[in-house]
Amino acid sequence: MAVSPLSMRRLGYHVTWTGILAALIVLFWAVIAIIGPSLMPHDPGEIVDFDYFGPMSKALWFGSDYLGRDMVSRILMGARYTVGISLAAVCLACASGALLGMTAAVTGGWFDTLLSRFLDALNSIPSKLFGLVMVAAVGSSIPVLILVLAVIYTPGSYRFARALAVNINTMDYVTVARARGERTPYLILHEILPNMTGPVLADIGLRFVFIVLLLSGLSFLGLGVQPPYADWGSLVRENIGGLPFGAPAVIIPSLAIASLTISVNLLIDNLPVKIRDRSA
Amino acid sequence: MNSQVLRLVMGRLGVAAVTLLIVSLVVFGATQMLPGDVAEILLGQAATPEAVAGLRQAMHLDQPALWQYGHWLWGLAQGDLGTSYANNMPVAQLIGGRLVNTLRLAAVTAAIAVPLALTLGITCAMYRGSLYDRVVSAGVIGVISVPEFMIATLAVLIFAVWLKWLPALSLGNDISSIGQMLRAFAMPVITLLCVICAQMIRMTRAAMISVLDSPYVEMALLKGASRPRMVLHHALPNAVGPIVNAVALSLSYLFGGVIIVETVFNYPGVARLMVDSVATRDLPLIQACAMIFCIGYLSLITFADVIAILSNPRLRK
Repeated sequence: MAVSPLSMRRLGYHVTWTGILAALIVLFWAVIAIIGPSLMPHDPGEIVDFDYFGPMSKALWFGSDYLGRDMVSRILMGARYTVGISLAAVCLACASGALLGMTAAVTGGWFDTLLSRFLDALNSIPSKLFGLVMVAAVGSSIPVLILVLAVIYTPGSYRFARALAVNINTMDYVTVARARGERTPYLILHEILPNMTGPVLADIGLRFVFIVLLLSGLSFLGLGVQPPYADWGSLVRENIGGLPFGAPAVIIPSLAIASLTISVNLLIDNLPVKIRDRSA
Repeated sequence: MNSQVLRLVMGRLGVAAVTLLIVSLVVFGATQMLPGDVAEILLGQAATPEAVAGLRQAMHLDQPALWQYGHWLWGLAQGDLGTSYANNMPVAQLIGGRLVNTLRLAAVTAAIAVPLALTLGITCAMYRGSLYDRVVSAGVIGVISVPEFMIATLAVLIFAVWLKWLPALSLGNDISSIGQMLRAFAMPVITLLCVICAQMIRMTRAAMISVLDSPYVEMALLKGASRPRMVLHHALPNAVGPIVNAVALSLSYLFGGVIIVETVFNYPGVARLMVDSVATRDLPLIQACAMIFCIGYLSLITFADVIAILSNPRLRK
């Protein structure tokens, strides 16, 4: 487990094989999300098989879905929605969470108290429930879904960033900068942020997993990504009728989600300690 | 109970009340964002201006939003959950029977999950690093990182499709014998168990390990206490607070799990009612279900915090 490539070790990073494998799988899905559609053997909407819920074969690697469409193409296309939407949402959530968290830690006072109380209250709404309420209220087009997911996961990211920033805020160099007369934006961007990038990046990874799970869950309930678009969760939902036959059309998208989320989790767990816990 | 404990507990209850108020504001506010006029949507094609105006007045839509919020909250406090848009029935009547079904499912799951997960979690912490611990921990990570519907489909695939032991659908109505009840409950409960136990084992193990790592536990071991005695007599009393917290937090995953499980297995519970009402945008029903779930979740967390305060030996006089 603890064998590491020499060049990385020389820099003081401890890398494990599990971590490398996980990183490769994550990289694979990232690449698929970008270039996937140009690799598709068929159009994802085209009916290519006379049989529905076809088994795996040489022509159709992952079989066909409930209308006889090619599953390989649909998975490749679905990667774009699952990865893309989740990535956009997690970036929004963590950026706003970290900014608010750092601002609250630096300014303190009633701003900090009010914001913390409000976001903690949001945090105490179960995420799936929050998702249902928001989707009921504002619908589920793709931009709206991104915003909804971002809003749901901002409080958690805020709490994480604020806890880190409060610790850093007591450091001497921050006091010095403040005594120098630096303003809040400078303190946040130049003194605090550079000292918490590692843990915040790790937090983005974990939150990405939560968002993928929530998005797939919503899509599975038929309240997430709407046809004609389909992410992996919708693929499981539309092919759930094939479950009694053990059709690959329902198993493969589930495996795709699991491979992505498990690898991101393993990747974060096996990140070199130097990156993950630099100031935690 | 001395005054300090009482103050802490009252403080915690106060925080819970404020949180609930903010949550209700968010739930109400979110459902107010619906574009368009509810009265017009409800009346559809038949909307004459007079009918719309009449319905708006009957539903208090002509009042300011804050007044509507107060009205809704006041009704909620008195147990009046409003009237469903979709079929014009009182929401309380729609929810009533289904709430019992959901609670029954949750209670059965919790009754099995808590002892099972506590045993596994504590023994994993005791034999940390052993093969047993690593196998359980790997399984836990696996279950936590996949969506709940995948565990549900996997359970159907294994128990209903391959082994043919259980029916794939759970029907809550035609239950006459205990055997039938067991068969109908088995699949939803198995799925929920996987989800809840995984969370609970992970948190219990972490809570127990942080206590086992403290110097006084090592001292107990060094002075010759046996391993079970060290864990049960020395470590466990101090770990009760964190462990109850872990149990309550993981039971809160029931809410997420129940939504998926009731949909997959066609179980007639509140969560399924809520998913259906989201599809039809039946706002009063959504608001009521959301508040019920939030109240349940908050009381679990508050209960855990109160237990943590009460079990802290430093506060005992």
